[in-house]
Amino acid sequence: MTDFLKSSAPTDMNAKKEAVMNAVRNEIALTNAQQLMNSANERCYKACITKPGTSLSSGEQTCLSRCLDRYMEAFNIVRRTYMTRLSKERMEDQANVI
Amino acid sequence: MDNIKFDEATQKELSVFLEKQQAEARLHSSIHNFTGICWDKCVTGTPSTRFSRAEESCLSNCVERFLDTSLYMVRRIEEQRSALENGTTKFS
Repeated sequence: MTDFLKSSAPTDMNAKKEAVMNAVRNEIALTNAQQLMNSANERCYKACITKPGTSLSSGEQTCLSRCLDRYMEAFNIVRRTYMTRLSKERMEDQANVI
Repeated sequence: MDNIKFDEATQKELSVFLEKQQAEARLHSSIHNFTGICWDKCVTGTPSTRFSRAEESCLSNCVERFLDTSLYMVRRIEEQRSALENGTTKFS
């Protein structure tokens, strides 16, 4: 608004900068966790709850917790494959330029 | 603290930071998307305590072939477009 505010103490400005960055990081981490949960939830429900009863049976619970572990593992396998592929393609692109 | 203004260098720093974070978020979204697609294709039975060899390799092949597919599609569409522009052949 007014110019003299620009000259406020640099430490305040840095603190605010850090606050903004942390808010963004948190937001992204939250979205990421939500995406994982939604998608695991949907798939594990499909895989484990074939005939919904009046409550979750212990068998269903075992299946759900295994399924969640497998889903995370699948996520990691996919991530590893994708990242390897990306870096390979990036290297090929660089080789083509030279 | 609300009326503190960022100087130019800090604004620049923040915009670089935001771009990086957005790129990372997009990357994560694609990984989530691939995980869903490949889970549906590769994991069919009741989840057990570990993946079988077959499931594991299916998952990583699934990602690779999905990416190949998308490259192939782009190439096909480009071919068709340039064929149209040259006026020689129509869609084959």
